Amino acid sequence: MAAVKPILYSAWISSCSFRVRIALNLKGVDYEYRAVTRTDPDYEKINPIKYVPAFVDGDFVVSDSLAIILYLEDKYPQHPLLPQDLKKKAINLQIANIVCSSIQPLQCYAVIGLVDGKLSSNESLQIVRHYIDKGFRAIEKLLEGCDSKYATGDEIQLADVFLAPQIHAGMTRFQIDMSNYPLLERFYKAYMEISAVQDAVPEKQPDAPSPWI
Amino acid sequence: MAEVEATATAGRPRLYSYWRSSCSHRARIALNLKGVDYEYKAVNLLKGEQSDPEFLKLNPMKFVPALVDDDAVIGDSYAIALYLEDKYPDPPLLPQDPKKKALNHQIANIVSSGIQPLHNLSVLRFIEQKVGAGESVSWTQQQIERGFTAIENLIQQKGCGGKYATGDEIQLADVFLAPQIYAAIERTKIDMSNYPTLARLHALYMAHPAFQAALPAKQPDAPSCT
Repeated sequence: MAAVKPILYSAWISSCSFRVRIALNLKGVDYEYRAVTRTDPDYEKINPIKYVPAFVDGDFVVSDSLAIILYLEDKYPQHPLLPQDLKKKAINLQIANIVCSSIQPLQCYAVIGLVDGKLSSNESLQIVRHYIDKGFRAIEKLLEGCDSKYATGDEIQLADVFLAPQIHAGMTRFQIDMSNYPLLERFYKAYMEISAVQDAVPEKQPDAPSPWI
Repeated sequence: MAEVEATATAGRPRLYSYWRSSCSHRARIALNLKGVDYEYKAVNLLKGEQSDPEFLKLNPMKFVPALVDDDAVIGDSYAIALYLEDKYPDPPLLPQDPKKKALNHQIANIVSSGIQPLHNLSVLRFIEQKVGAGESVSWTQQQIERGFTAIENLIQQKGCGGKYATGDEIQLADVFLAPQIYAAIERTKIDMSNYPTLARLHALYMAHPAFQAALPAKQPDAPSCT
């Protein structure tokens, strides 16, 4: 019986979905892309909290980008994203969590607040930039003196998978001044040279708006 | 990497914690479940001690908890929990089965990315400023209700049927759920009858010694009631 391709429920602009797309590409996993919008009525059955991404592997459904990526780490051990060394592993998890707990949820709150009319565009941008800058300053400090190609070594690891989409969003959507974060700026340039990351960028996804509209 | 001037006493890990911080609460539970003897170092968030230069070197995000273990310095409760999982494998907090493991991570992340960050101290101060004094309690309750509805549905959907959140053994999901449920009950007017599974789990956690010892009121920096 032919194996069914796993399915990724994703939205083009979602930085959480972007993380999982990078991980899938790095591990060489062939998957089916299913675009989801915020108002999709059926999506709640896939993910009760209604966030993207969600990953469907046969009859198994998992959502939340970190949970999905750690599942991929078990199922597809090629291109491991977590080092064996406990300290290096911990710093990867710490950086991933700074992004997924301390930056992105507040960014998401501010963006939705703007869309729903609860925040003005100035307020929304101010909130996003406050949390991105705080997180980026902390990560830059944590990695002070780093001379490896990527955040924790010469291979892309979990921290990088979380950083790439956050830096991309910061630069393309929220006017973050990356000259304040020389390490992150350097990593980002290195990330964008890899096809696994390039193919995962929002603008290249099937549900991204057409450039000529 | 930040240098740590004073290493923890005689091989014991040191946990920087605030009695009322639900993220610190998670780390305390994990340490207790693993039977790790640790040194407790209080960081008073209300007095701004998280901004002290010594603490900033440990965690530039200015968050508790932070764990110092020999030369490892870890400033995030999720990273701490998984570090302890590797270093002290017994009893395990994550099942071998990748799907059950993923469910644990999903529940832990709903708490650590979907609920708690939206009602931590710095966000609440912003809400009080922006929306008005006294609004932070109802804001907190809204964030929690949204997340609890999702977790309740998820646990029922997955039909684990065990004693704890994902099975008959205490696992990572429980470590993250216990502090969140405790904070919800203690700080808001949440109606836990809307979340029967979580209410049942709360009663179990409150009866378990490792969880009891981790409760905010039991910490050295908890204010004593007179």
